[in-house]
Amino acid sequence: MNSYELNPDLYSTKLEYEPNRKGFGEGLVEAGMNDALVVALCADLTESTQMEPFAKAFPERYIEVGVAEQNLVTLASGLSAVGKKPFVASYASFSPGRNWEQIRTTICLNDRNVVIVGCHSGVSVGPDGATHQMLEDIALMRALPNMVVVVPCDSKEARRATVALAKLNKPAYLRVAREKTAIITTDNSAFKIGKANVFKEGSDITIVACGPLVYEALRAAVDLDRLSISAEIINCHTIKPIDSETILASAAKTKRVITLEEAQVAGGLGGAVAELLSSKLPTHVERLGTQDRFGQSGTITELWKEYELDSTAIVKTAKAMMRGVKK
Amino acid sequence: MIHTTKELELIANEIRQDIIKMLVEAGSGHSAGPLDMADVFTAMFFEVLRYKPKEPDWPERDRFVLSNGHINPVLYATMAHAGYFPTSELKTLRKFGTRLQGHPERTRLPGLETTSGPLGSGISQAAGMALGFKMDALVQQRVWCFTSDGEHQEGNTWEAIMFAGKNRLNNLTVVVDRNNIQIDGLTEDIMPLEPFAMKYQAFNWHVIEIDGHNFEEIIAALNQSRAILEKPTCIIAHTIAGKGVDFMEYDYRWHGIPPGLKDIEGDPPKALQAKAALEKLRTLNGKIRSEHE
Ligand SMILES: Cc1ncc(C[n+]2csc(CCOP(=O)(O)OP(=O)(O)O)c2C)c(N)n1
Ligand SMILES: [Mg+2]
Repeated sequence: MNSYELNPDLYSTKLEYEPNRKGFGEGLVEAGMNDALVVALCADLTESTQMEPFAKAFPERYIEVGVAEQNLVTLASGLSAVGKKPFVASYASFSPGRNWEQIRTTICLNDRNVVIVGCHSGVSVGPDGATHQMLEDIALMRALPNMVVVVPCDSKEARRATVALAKLNKPAYLRVAREKTAIITTDNSAFKIGKANVFKEGSDITIVACGPLVYEALRAAVDLDRLSISAEIINCHTIKPIDSETILASAAKTKRVITLEEAQVAGGLGGAVAELLSSKLPTHVERLGTQDRFGQSGTITELWKEYELDSTAIVKTAKAMMRGVKK
Repeated sequence: MIHTTKELELIANEIRQDIIKMLVEAGSGHSAGPLDMADVFTAMFFEVLRYKPKEPDWPERDRFVLSNGHINPVLYATMAHAGYFPTSELKTLRKFGTRLQGHPERTRLPGLETTSGPLGSGISQAAGMALGFKMDALVQQRVWCFTSDGEHQEGNTWEAIMFAGKNRLNNLTVVVDRNNIQIDGLTEDIMPLEPFAMKYQAFNWHVIEIDGHNFEEIIAALNQSRAILEKPTCIIAHTIAGKGVDFMEYDYRWHGIPPGLKDIEGDPPKALQAKAALEKLRTLNGKIRSEHE
């Protein structure tokens, strides 16, 4: 029944890894080829935000703003006002971290079709440490009326999301990450903003995840199968508007939900799912993500372990839930 | 000039009277800035700006961005006099369901180019518009941004000024309401802006300083900015806060309150403030006898 196409090498040693920001960079070039109104602005981070391919392909549509994130988004609002379709990129700590009010007023309330791309999200940023590991951006963006929030699970989904957002004509936030992570989907996988995808069906427990951690959820599902616990994995790439239909249907079936994200659970995907279920279908939910803590330096493996985001933590949580334990 | 100076003075005077009436009706809002910018707004909308009030989305229009959204009573009153909507709608300012929100909201009122109120982001948006026009080689449309002196304490403002200077946005004119006041006092006491003109010059802008109550100077400066090919232009309009109502003039305490809200030492008692203000305007601060007397 599950028609979603996953990478056939997902569980093999041939599995390849790529940063999902790279997919954003490719998607931006594709969007630029599709539509001459697409323009890109960056605040002195052209290479690491992966805006470089676009800058090379379309130099006349690429705008260097300098280290000025408030200007970055307000300029984009102005460009949108005269018909352009701007993408703006920086590290998520600075955009939307530093310029939230400008995004609120001049993009959301003003209803301008600017796509804000927050790179270096999550603890997986690694050695740069807490200042550069943005964890509050999902909550910040999700709270804004008019805003669409998308968190792709891999580079291929990031490319599709970028192309789709260029056509959306709405204020939007695209969250990508720095480190190489598993390529989970394929070039032919489906993608629709607002439509979550069931990556694996199951009957005992639902895991709603977003971003590169979706791979940890899939790995956990394999381990859980061995323990005769059948996990359903939902890739919830659009956090706003959230796909209530898919989540409610799954929760009704399994009656247990784990959320998983590389962000503060307060206000993040965990918050969104808990809000939905608490009113529509009260269900036991455990939220994995950062628990009111900042990040720190380390490798992605060390940090995902420390913050209990990896498959081991998911399996532990699922087992406890099956026993009826509430954290 | 399309109008005589006398005619423009009359329009500005009517706009000022409408500002007082709107504020009194609303029971809240800002007095000083709107009054002091009435002459510049009149010159802009009746002599310089290219727009069609009955076709607010006319693609070839100039773009007018109000950065310091709190002075919107003067924008609304000017737009009404310019024909965007009936002056009778002015009394809905700040009321539930109004298109004339307490701070301007683009999506509610046709003719507004942006939403503002939070200070410091207007010049950036105007620069984005100007850059967009340049990318498309559209030379007819000009972008005009009105801003306040207090807003120049915001970092975002200087980010935008730096950007426009670098990109030689000669299709952008910024007009600063240099009334020397902000909420907590005089700008030079709170956080000095001087040497103001030199700051803009250092960021590669063309700067013109004018008397913001002299129509010939205002119009000449606005038009001169069209002829500056190498740089964006900043017009520093020296204005008298609260201009037209003598007891409000030069007084920062009138920044954010309407007539009739509270007693202010040295000014008419609150019950008489609105009447006194309208009388001051009708008689040009007592220079002529009011026809209504
Ligand atoms: C970002 C932001 N901070 C604070 C305010 C509150 N505020 C409104 S007007 C104002 C004074 C600014 O000075 P100016 O614009 O020169 O005032 P005016 O000359 O109109 O009295 C302040 C601080 C605001 N609107 N936006
Ligand atoms: Mg001022």
